[in-house]
Amino acid sequence: MRTTISTEKLVREFDSLRAVDEVDLEIEQGEIYGFLGPNGAGKSTTVRVLCTLLAPTAGRAVVAGHDVATDPGKVRLSIGVALQEAALDPKQTGAELLRLQGRLYGLSKAEVEQRLADLSQLVDIGDALGRPISTYSGGMKRRLDLAAALVHNPQVLFLDEPTTGLDPMSRARVWEEVRRLNQDLDMTIFLTTQYLEEADELANRVGIINDGKLVAEGTPFELKHRIGNDVIFARLDGDAAGACPMVEAVAGVAGVEARGNEMVITAAEGTAVIGPVAVALNNCGIPVRDLTLRTPTLDDVFLELTGTHIQTSDEAIEAELTEMTESDSTEVKS
Amino acid sequence: MTAIDTAVTAPIAPSAIRARPAGLLHDISSIAGRALRAVPRDVESVIPPIFIALFFFVVNVGTLSDLTETNIPGFDFTAFQMPTAILLGVTGVSRAYALVLDVQDGYFDRLLLTPIRRLAILLGHLCADVSVACALTVPILIMGFILGVRFESGPLGVVAFIVLAGLWSLAFAGFGYAIALKTGNPAAVSSSFLLFFPFLFLTSSYVPREELSGWLDTVASINPVTYLLEGLRSLVIEGWQWADLGQALVAVAAVGSISMWLCFAALRGRIKRG
Repeated sequence: MRTTISTEKLVREFDSLRAVDEVDLEIEQGEIYGFLGPNGAGKSTTVRVLCTLLAPTAGRAVVAGHDVATDPGKVRLSIGVALQEAALDPKQTGAELLRLQGRLYGLSKAEVEQRLADLSQLVDIGDALGRPISTYSGGMKRRLDLAAALVHNPQVLFLDEPTTGLDPMSRARVWEEVRRLNQDLDMTIFLTTQYLEEADELANRVGIINDGKLVAEGTPFELKHRIGNDVIFARLDGDAAGACPMVEAVAGVAGVEARGNEMVITAAEGTAVIGPVAVALNNCGIPVRDLTLRTPTLDDVFLELTGTHIQTSDEAIEAELTEMTESDSTEVKS
Repeated sequence: MTAIDTAVTAPIAPSAIRARPAGLLHDISSIAGRALRAVPRDVESVIPPIFIALFFFVVNVGTLSDLTETNIPGFDFTAFQMPTAILLGVTGVSRAYALVLDVQDGYFDRLLLTPIRRLAILLGHLCADVSVACALTVPILIMGFILGVRFESGPLGVVAFIVLAGLWSLAFAGFGYAIALKTGNPAAVSSSFLLFFPFLFLTSSYVPREELSGWLDTVASINPVTYLLEGLRSLVIEGWQWADLGQALVAVAAVGSISMWLCFAALRGRIKRG
């Protein structure tokens, strides 16, 4: 296998902020690599460096055999990019945008028309191509953005949070397109996401980034099983940290993480341990609201590695709204 | 299975089409083509300047021609005013506002992700601006002809007049692009019209240079638009006056070199910031 993307101690700083901190990556030809992390972890900055939009502060990055700092022109010829926000001109029609995109990649008129026909089917946007982009729905804009990234048949495709803000149906559609591009064209795909299920569903390998550092890397299966085979999730009516020593003492428990009133217990044999865990929690005198046995998720991996859950931008907005609603109702009461 | 389902699940045929550098001229024409296609969809960017120019041309001629022509023997105020009207129409005509929206919408990043030469992004817009500016001179010239203006320099003089006005428009447009790329802020670009006032009004816009006095005469003597107006007027009123035309070209080149330096520096800065 040929390495298509590699970085060596890649650093990108903005003034005093180190957004990407000595990241090392090795991504093979034909791989779907999921780059997972919460908002502000450094995912998009890494993509912008790999796509030549930002120069690295230190370290080295090579994409499709070309150094992003010394040979950015050749990198651009080999890559397609769909950035986090669909980068479109609302006043052009979809067809005009794709034609211009093709011309900028040096395609002849006949080649552009050929690609337009291919892409209108591939991203299922055919009839809408003659309409101004301002009339497109969010999902259509995403698909057109993807088509624009593919117009020149890139060797490597960067997708920066391709499904953020999409409804579940549009999200599933994008996943399907990503899979087909990878399987049918052997395209290397570097996908950043804050959705755990997206990384789990699509990626051959996942890199987890937090505070600019790559904290773990492996297949989703490897990552999930590094914390044990099973996870017991407990929600208590009180501070979970107080119950930790009793639960840790239960035979077969591999690890315990407490956060607020939640406790995540990892074990090799969850079915054998869940009973003694329930007893231990009962003996602590803290009432148990829920006790669930499940296989580990990437969120559990993230929690173990960083001590926090991944909060997606959707969740962050929801939390902010809840907080605002609560403070409003408090004000009304007072 | 519906047609859409079939399309979505059909295997993707590998394509031999591959990207290659397109060449600087090709890049410039692609960007200019896009900017020109946008003009009819964005008529609000060209209607006001042409309206203002025609309005002031007609109103100034209507209100001041008798007064000036009585006081200055042999003076043709309509011919004198036409270059002012042209500059009112073409100064500040640019796609800088559209470029700042590209920055905001992320489309500028999409352009930077292609192998396009970075210079071509600006040069393409500037080429489109010159074309639009030259086109905008036509209705003002027609109005001038209707009001009785005749070019002493003949038809070639009309062409030279349009080219000179287009070059001035290009020189001034550089400031708008510099602000657009430096700030990425549409409001800042809109306010760049403030530069328009000292350039166009602290000069011999309404009366001949000889009639100016005091501080206004001093300011007019260092305002490049004074020399541009004299060059344009010479084509209309006097014929081919090479000294006046040379001074006009030097004035446009001086403003243009400053504005182009500023806008290309802003482009480099914008690209560096990513």
